Amino acid sequence: MTNSPLTESRGARWALLTVGIVFLALFLLLPLVAVFAEALGQGLGTYLDAIAEPDALAAIRLTLLVAAISVPLNVVFGIAAAWSITKFDFPGKSLVISLIDLPFSVSPVVAGLIYVLLFGAQGWWGEWLAAHDVQIIFAVPGIVLATIFVTFPFVARELIPLMAEQGRDDEEAALSLGASGWQTFRRVTLPNIRWGLLYGVLLCNARAMGEFGAVSVVSGHIRGKTNTMPLHVEILYNEYNFAAAFAVASLLALLALVTLVLKSVLEWRYDYQGKGNGH
Amino acid sequence: MTGRAATAPLPAAAPARRPLFGKRTIIPGFGITFGGSLLWLCLIVLLPLSAIFLRAAGLGWEHFVAIGFSARAMAAYRLSFGAALAAAAINAVFGLLIAWMLVRYDFPGRRLIGALVDLPFALPTAVAGIALTALYSPNGWVGALLAPLGIKVAFTPAGVVVALLFIGLPFVVRSVEPVLADLGRDVEEAAATLGASRAQTFRRVILPAILPALITGFALAFARGVGEYGSVIFIAGNMPYRSEIAPLLIVTQLEQYDYAGATAIATVMLVAAFAMLLVINVIQAWNRRRSETA
Repeated sequence: MTNSPLTESRGARWALLTVGIVFLALFLLLPLVAVFAEALGQGLGTYLDAIAEPDALAAIRLTLLVAAISVPLNVVFGIAAAWSITKFDFPGKSLVISLIDLPFSVSPVVAGLIYVLLFGAQGWWGEWLAAHDVQIIFAVPGIVLATIFVTFPFVARELIPLMAEQGRDDEEAALSLGASGWQTFRRVTLPNIRWGLLYGVLLCNARAMGEFGAVSVVSGHIRGKTNTMPLHVEILYNEYNFAAAFAVASLLALLALVTLVLKSVLEWRYDYQGKGNGH
Repeated sequence: MTGRAATAPLPAAAPARRPLFGKRTIIPGFGITFGGSLLWLCLIVLLPLSAIFLRAAGLGWEHFVAIGFSARAMAAYRLSFGAALAAAAINAVFGLLIAWMLVRYDFPGRRLIGALVDLPFALPTAVAGIALTALYSPNGWVGALLAPLGIKVAFTPAGVVVALLFIGLPFVVRSVEPVLADLGRDVEEAAATLGASRAQTFRRVILPAILPALITGFALAFARGVGEYGSVIFIAGNMPYRSEIAPLLIVTQLEQYDYAGATAIATVMLVAAFAMLLVINVIQAWNRRRSETA
């Protein structure tokens, strides 16, 4: 049994498992545990105070607002893009798909910078915007724009392979039976893609609420006004207010855990497997 | 795909039913969905990105090189690219091991560990950053164990690698896992029947089959690591010339209202990112071709 050519020996298997699990513990599990340990280290009272503090509440509200704007916009874009790419043939299709994926390869800081160069005081349209009293950078619109940029591909890249695999037969059948385009989408396409859509929304939302680099560049870090939760964590941390920083961070870690649980439920129960390397 | 050479996208208003678009279809909505998504893509992504290149072009070549490749910028690129390379290489080894474990072994908690691998996709980078700093600083849980050995992780370039290990791991695992799961056991059986040892089978049969996926995962982890900001800045120490990553240098320049400097460095990063994207696409095409012929 010890050197069965089709499996590793018992010892080798144990060694590999141990090394893998120690690596995961050191770099994934322990950081997660540390967030909660540090958050609750000063007692539950400190924890609750840090979360109920007005600036923290403002940050939570802003984070929810930004996600509530950017996620639906990405859903509409993702469905429209996937519909046009998978239901029709046109030249240059793979170029369009690559362009949709582009934001994934741009550093978040650069993503923020491009909007500063357009809308900032020194930017292309800065003077015009200032003259018309419109503020985008160091204000909520800039945060929303930067968030949309970094989450841009999430929904589309889940839907495109899924809808390509499902083909066009169902839609064509419904249409030839007299359904309108909208009816076909709502009654035929949407039920077919709902789990994939939900999966994309889940990942999109997690990134939208947790984005740091891009938002940090455009936000201006005005407490209670343009601070999202990740930015609030940074400010508290830099003020050496570690317990409060980890308390707010623990809310974001909870969000991540809920995301992972829902994602696993989607994968196990509906046999929906995301496209692997889903950023 | 269309099978035709990729050309520039056609005007949005082009009717969907013209034979130019291949097979005739009765499905409606091409004009509005294609036009709408292309417009949105231009407004949100392409227009702002082109703004940065125009801005950089406005600097003039010599000025651009002087600030884009200054000594401090070069040190920052070296750290960003070097640490991303080191982390991606370590992740390629351990990611393969973890993918192997998840696909081939049955052990209690396998599903839980499978879900945990995706944590870096779900956990905000700033949270990962402060948590890793707390763990690996000299008085943290892990840092305290390393300190007597004279190993400092947090606030050194090694800290950057640790943060990028966290960020990059799922890219490798998720790239390799499906290929490993699809790998037929018959070739392994054949190799074993012909007298190959387990190690030989792995090296000569399994590794070549999963190599494209492994390289894809490595490249994705590397590309992500080069631009990473949130998880790194807390643990890095951020000393110019020593532990300052390129994205942080952009932020520092912006805070000093040095828009030219920020633009030049960002342009260099973008060109590098596009080059990596091209390489990843070539690898993935190779990957697909190999899995089709297999």
